[in-house]
Amino acid sequence: MSNQTNTNPTLTGAEILWATLVGEGVETVFGYPGGAILPIYDALPKFPVHHILVRHEQGAAHMADGFARASGKVGVCMATSGPGATNLVTGIATAMLDSIPMIAITAQVSSKVLGSDAFQEVDITGITLPITKHNFLVTRAEDIAPTVRLAFQIALSGRPGPVLVDITKDAQQASAPFNFEAAAPPAFRPHPMLRAESSSIQQAIELLRQSKKPLILAGHGVIQSGAEREVIAFAEHNQIPIASTLLGLGAIPTQHPLSLGMMGMHGESWVNHAIQQADLLLAFGMRFDDRVTGNLASYAQNAKKIHIEIDPSEINKNVKVDVALIGDLKEVLTLLLPSLQEKASERLQPLVPVSQPFDSSSQPGNLSSQSFDLSSRSEAERSALPTSTPWLREISAMKGDATVHDIINLPDNGHLYAAHVIHDIWREAVAAGREKETIIVTDVGQHQMWEAQYYKHDVSRSLVTSGGLGTMGFALPAAIGAQVACPDKDVWVIAGDGGFQMTAAELSTIVQEKLPINIAVINNGYLGMVRQWQENLYDKNYSASPILSPNFVKLADAHDINGAHVNLRSEVTPTVTRARTSRQPFLIEFHVEKEDFVYPMIPPGAGLHEMIRRPTKDPLLETAEDE
Amino acid sequence: MLHTFVALVQDKPGVLTRVASLFRRLSINIVSLTVGESERADTSRMTIVCEAPEHSAHRIRASLYKLEITVDVDEVGRSEAVIRELCLIKVSAGPQEPNGLSSRSQIFELANVFRARVVDLAPESIMLEMTGSSSKIEGLIQVLRESNYTILEVSRTGRMAMRRGHHTSRVLKALGNPNATPTPSNLAKPTTDLIPNEFEDVHEEEE
Ligand SMILES: Cc1ncc(C[n+]2csc(CCOP(=O)(O)OP(=O)(O)O)c2C)c(N)n1
Repeated sequence: MSNQTNTNPTLTGAEILWATLVGEGVETVFGYPGGAILPIYDALPKFPVHHILVRHEQGAAHMADGFARASGKVGVCMATSGPGATNLVTGIATAMLDSIPMIAITAQVSSKVLGSDAFQEVDITGITLPITKHNFLVTRAEDIAPTVRLAFQIALSGRPGPVLVDITKDAQQASAPFNFEAAAPPAFRPHPMLRAESSSIQQAIELLRQSKKPLILAGHGVIQSGAEREVIAFAEHNQIPIASTLLGLGAIPTQHPLSLGMMGMHGESWVNHAIQQADLLLAFGMRFDDRVTGNLASYAQNAKKIHIEIDPSEINKNVKVDVALIGDLKEVLTLLLPSLQEKASERLQPLVPVSQPFDSSSQPGNLSSQSFDLSSRSEAERSALPTSTPWLREISAMKGDATVHDIINLPDNGHLYAAHVIHDIWREAVAAGREKETIIVTDVGQHQMWEAQYYKHDVSRSLVTSGGLGTMGFALPAAIGAQVACPDKDVWVIAGDGGFQMTAAELSTIVQEKLPINIAVINNGYLGMVRQWQENLYDKNYSASPILSPNFVKLADAHDINGAHVNLRSEVTPTVTRARTSRQPFLIEFHVEKEDFVYPMIPPGAGLHEMIRRPTKDPLLETAEDE
Repeated sequence: MLHTFVALVQDKPGVLTRVASLFRRLSINIVSLTVGESERADTSRMTIVCEAPEHSAHRIRASLYKLEITVDVDEVGRSEAVIRELCLIKVSAGPQEPNGLSSRSQIFELANVFRARVVDLAPESIMLEMTGSSSKIEGLIQVLRESNYTILEVSRTGRMAMRRGHHTSRVLKALGNPNATPTPSNLAKPTTDLIPNEFEDVHEEEE
C-alpha cells in the first residue's frame, strides 16, 4: 500500500498541472495571475518553472508563440478566468493562423457555478473553439494530467497549432493521485502516410520529368517539418529554383543560387513572374494564401501543380492541384528523392550527389539549413548553379531588370529609408559574423515587408513574424519569447510606430527579466501600410492613418532602457553595433521617410504578374555603387 | 448538391458544437444531422446531410477528420449505402375531416400502402410512424395533403446512413478492434498507407 502511494503521490490539481508541465519539459511559462487561477500560482514556487509576468495577457500568448517559433518547442502561456482569458484571444488566433504549437492554460470558475455568469466567468472554450486546434474544459483534478499531456501531443502532431486547457478552480483545489507515465495520451490517430509505390508519387515524378520550367514554393511547412536539407537536395538535384512564402523565409539560405526570394503581394517581380511562367509548381508545406496567389483566376495558368501538405483539408482549397501528396514534407521528400534518382533524366545534372545521406532519424529542427554552406563550394560550382538551365537563365534575366530600380541601389541622398535601415541591420550582423545567431522579430506593416525583402535570412527560425493573422503588437512580446528560447542569440524587434504602441507595456517585462533585446522602431509618423493603401487605392485620403507617438527613446529611458534617435543613414550602422554589443536592452528610434511605399505591390484583386513596380525615380542617380 | 457524411466521433460534451461549428464556418447549411451511440464504446455515429457544391465534399470530409474528436469519416452515396429516416406524422382525423367518418379507415389504408404504422389514436387525430427513404416519407405526406387531410405535426429524424456489405474503413482497421482500448502499440503510426492518401470524392445525385 505504501508502495502505491510512493509511485502515485496525491497532489492538488494545481500541483498536478505544474508537475505535468515539468514532465513535458516546460521550463518557462508566460502568464498573469488573478482570482480563479490563484491556486495554480500558489503552487508555482514549489516547481522548477520560471514564470514570466507579462503586462497584458495578449503579450503572454505572443511570448509563448515567439518562444515556439524560435525553438520549435511548445510555448506555454496562462491567464485567469474572464478578462484574463479573453485577453489571450488575439494571441491564440495569431498562433492558430500560423500553425504554432502552443498551450494556453486558463482558469475557470468552480464547476458548481459553471454557466451561471459567476464573477469573471466567460465561456473561453466556446470563444476559442474556432481559433484553437482543440480545447478542453477540465472539471476534475484527476483529469488534469492526461488532458495536459494530450494537449501537448495535439499541439505538436500533424499540423501544429494552439491548444487551450480551461481548468475550473475546484479542479485546481481538489486532490488526486498523480502518475505522469500513466497519463500518457494514446498514440495519435493515424495520419495519412504515403508509400513510394503510391500512384500519386509516380504521377508527381512523371510531371517533374515532363517539366521544363519547374518552381518550388517553399512555405512554413519546410521549417516545421525540418525539411530544409531535403528541399535543397531536391532543388539542386533537379535544378529547380525556389520561391518562399513570408513564413518560409530562412528555410532556404538567401544566398543559395536557386533561392529566388519572397513571392506574393510584396514579392520581387521576378519571383512572381516566375510563378506565372512556370509549367510546374511544387508547393511544399504552403497553403496558397490569398496574399501569395493574387487573383486566383489568373494564377499560374500554365502550371501543373504538385502539393505536398500535411493537412488534407488544404488540398484544392484555394488552388486546384494535379497531384496531392499528403504527409510530412520531410518524409514525403525522403520517399520521393530515391525514386527521382532512379529516373534521373539526362537533362538533370545533379550538382551534389543526392545520395548524400539526409539523416532521417534526426529530430526535426536539428537539420537546419545551417548544414548548407555555400562557402565550401568552389567559385566555378557557384557560378554554374544559377544559369545552368534555360529556365534559370530566363529568371536571372528578369532579376537584372528589377534590381536596378531597387531603393538599395540609391546613393545616400540625405533621406533615411526604412529599407536602408533594415538592410543595414542585416549587413551589420553579417559584418559581425552574427547573421546566423540573429533572430528578427517583426511587427506588421510596411516595415515587415521591407524586412522580408531586405533582410537576407540564411537560417530557419531567424525570422519571427505574424503572417496569417497579421497581428500588430506582435513583435515586442514575441521577441521576449524568442529571447527566452534562445538566450545566446541577438534578438531584434523591428516594429512600426503604430504597432509598437499596441504592446509597448512589455518594455517593463524586458527590464524585469533582464533580456538584452534590441528594438528598432521605424517611425514614419503614419500607420504606414494603411497610408500606402490609402495613397494607392483611396485617392490619398489619409483618414485616421497619421499617428502621434511619444518620444520612444524617452519612453525607453523611463524603463531604464538605453536608446538613441537616428536620422541619418550614416548613423545607422554605428548605432546598431552599439545596441547589439551592449548586451542590454536598447531601443533605436529611426526617423524615416514619412510617405514611402513598399514596392512591388500587387493591388488587391490583381493578378500576380500585374504588380506595381518600383518607379524609376531618377535614372541619373541610379547606380549599383551603394551595394 | 446533397452530400451525406457518416462520422464516428467521441461521445463527449461539446462534440456536436465542434461539428456544427465547422459547417457554420464554411457557411454550409446542414439539412439533417442524426447522432446516437455506435458499436464502439464512448463513440457516437453521426450522419450529416448537407447542401454544398459538388467540389466541396473533399474539403468537408478532410475538415471533419481534422477535428480532434473525430475517429473516422466517410462520405456515402445512395447506391452503396442504406439510407433511412424515421418520421412521426400526426394527422387530424375527426368526423369533420373530408371523408367524414370513413376518414380514419382511409388513413389506415394509406398507411398500409406506405408501410407506415399507426402508433397512436385519439378522438381527433391519428399518429403514424414510418421508416424509409426520404422520398417515401415525402410521398406519404404528399398523399395525405392531396387527400385534403390536415397534417398537425411532422417530426423527422433526418437521414441515417450505413454502407452496404462488409465495409471497414482503413482508418478503423488501423485503430483495431472496436472494443479494445487503444494502446500505443495497436495505435502506433501505421507503416503502410492504411489511410486514404487522396480523400476521393464520393457522391450521388439525389432524386
Ligand atoms: C491589431 C491590428 N489592427 C489593425 C491592423 C491593420 N494594419 C495593418 S498594417 C497597419 C499599419 C501599421 O502601422 P505601423 O505599425 O506604424 O507600421 P508601418 O506600416 O508604418 O511600418 C495597420 C493598422 C492590423 N494588422 N493589426
